[in-house]
Amino acid sequence: MDIVEVDQLTKKYDDLTAVDRISFSVPGGEIFGFLGPNGAGKTTTINLLTGLARATSGSARVSGYDCAGEIKKAQQIMGIVPDESNLYEEFDGFENLSFCAALYGMQKDEREKKAKELLETFGLTEAGRKPFRAYSRGMKRKLTIAAGIIHDPKILFLDEPTTGIDVASARQIRQLIQKLNQKGTTIFLTTHYIEEAERLCNRIAFIVGGKIVRIGHLDELMREVQQENVVQFAFADGVSNLKPSIQENFPDVVVEVPENQALRIRSSRPMNLTPFMRFFEQKNLPVYEARIMRPSLEEVFVKITGIELQKMKQEKEGKGKQ
Amino acid sequence: MKSWIAFWNILMKDMRNYYLKPPNISWGLVFPVAWTLMFFLKSPTKVDVRELLPGVMSLSVLFGTTSMLAVTITFERRGRSFERLLLAPLDLNLLMLAKTSGAILFGIANAFVPVLFALFMVNLAGIHWISVFGAVFLIAVTSTLLGLLIAVSVREVFEAQTFSNFFRFPMIFLCGLFISVQALPFYLRPLSYILPLTYGVDILKSSINHNGHMGLLLNFLILAGFGALLFAWSIHNVKRKWIY
Repeated sequence: MDIVEVDQLTKKYDDLTAVDRISFSVPGGEIFGFLGPNGAGKTTTINLLTGLARATSGSARVSGYDCAGEIKKAQQIMGIVPDESNLYEEFDGFENLSFCAALYGMQKDEREKKAKELLETFGLTEAGRKPFRAYSRGMKRKLTIAAGIIHDPKILFLDEPTTGIDVASARQIRQLIQKLNQKGTTIFLTTHYIEEAERLCNRIAFIVGGKIVRIGHLDELMREVQQENVVQFAFADGVSNLKPSIQENFPDVVVEVPENQALRIRSSRPMNLTPFMRFFEQKNLPVYEARIMRPSLEEVFVKITGIELQKMKQEKEGKGKQ
Repeated sequence: MKSWIAFWNILMKDMRNYYLKPPNISWGLVFPVAWTLMFFLKSPTKVDVRELLPGVMSLSVLFGTTSMLAVTITFERRGRSFERLLLAPLDLNLLMLAKTSGAILFGIANAFVPVLFALFMVNLAGIHWISVFGAVFLIAVTSTLLGLLIAVSVREVFEAQTFSNFFRFPMIFLCGLFISVQALPFYLRPLSYILPLTYGVDILKSSINHNGHMGLLLNFLILAGFGALLFAWSIHNVKRKWIY
């Protein structure tokens, strides 16, 4: 059953169309990735789904509740982690979690028990009595995620959860996301880290200029750009001089030499590697590695959106540090 | 029940984080004393403290509530922690009631500081305390909601403070505290009558010194009407401006 259903959702701010007739659905239990550059409409979409913004037209439903008319019911089953930590600087970690639990109507005993559990899960037990303002960026992020799940939501909206934090904390957060998902929580994740989306998400939507330009399962998206089969061989010795003879023996393939001790073979058809192995054996060249090269999600993203990834990353990280 | 747990915790958080902080407690004590002293110093004749009470109480509430709520909400909006409240499954009316309750209680407490001082200086017999409390409560409600309207209109804390003064100072002179409404030029009187403070001050004058100009019931009804109107207007503005 779909937990998120979006139909022709549009959001306009005066002349700017932030979200332009987007439609998609997210089945329960999925990790759904929403990828796009700055200003693509990712956060606006989350705001529309969570009740921080009103749609100009179209509809959105979360767990069957209309995000316009029944948003308070929908908020009961949502957890929301915004792109910037928004907990109370004056409160310590424990008080912040306890307060957030109270916003969902949890009784004192229950919320204190849950706050302690989450501090432990997120490795923040020692920091639990320190004021939030004294936390590092990574700790703040973890506590904000903990606050987002304190009421055991069915769906968790995570807006750029690992932007601007250290590698170790980012890794820990990714593991936590996977654990949460394994326990049955649906994850709606926006990120500009392609490799993060590739590692975590079941399905991905690319959003550019307020429009969804492609949506699909990871494999489907990969297949779309995988128009040829590529195999790379690695050798102990230099092989660049072999290129002409390989090309001569295998006229149906394209041979490349990415580095002196490697050969890359491209073919529009599936390849049988045995003739190649035999050829190298005859030339007395032991093969150390034969690897099938698959396109990365990054390549898919660049091909579909035409957006330079490095530029997008720099823009976002610059914003995160501010 | 669940909503009331949220309501209570928001109120307690605000009390702890803002209203019960030492600078605000000292403001609540210093402000009425400063106003009373000002009247003493200004007047060439002997000042009757009881005569001063309606004015000092009204101003204590007005100044305590308007700026406090405008500043605290603007501060939370800047830090985005206010978004957390908007994202909670709590009815917007109840949320705004929770946010305003702290300021209302702070205003009421401020109003009774000059009364405490006056207890040691003059005889307070014959005061109609129920209507005094009712007036203080309604002045606090309307002033707090004016503060909320200010908070909705600004983005920065300093803007909230500036904007508060823009409202408050004309109100002091038009509400009948220094110059009775009847003594104001005729073209200014309509302005006096659209200010909730005018009616609150009149109730306090009637209840403390028996020298109000309008009927108590009428004053209460108008003041309660102002409260309901300002609350509805504030909620409308919050929906329009904060849920984009």
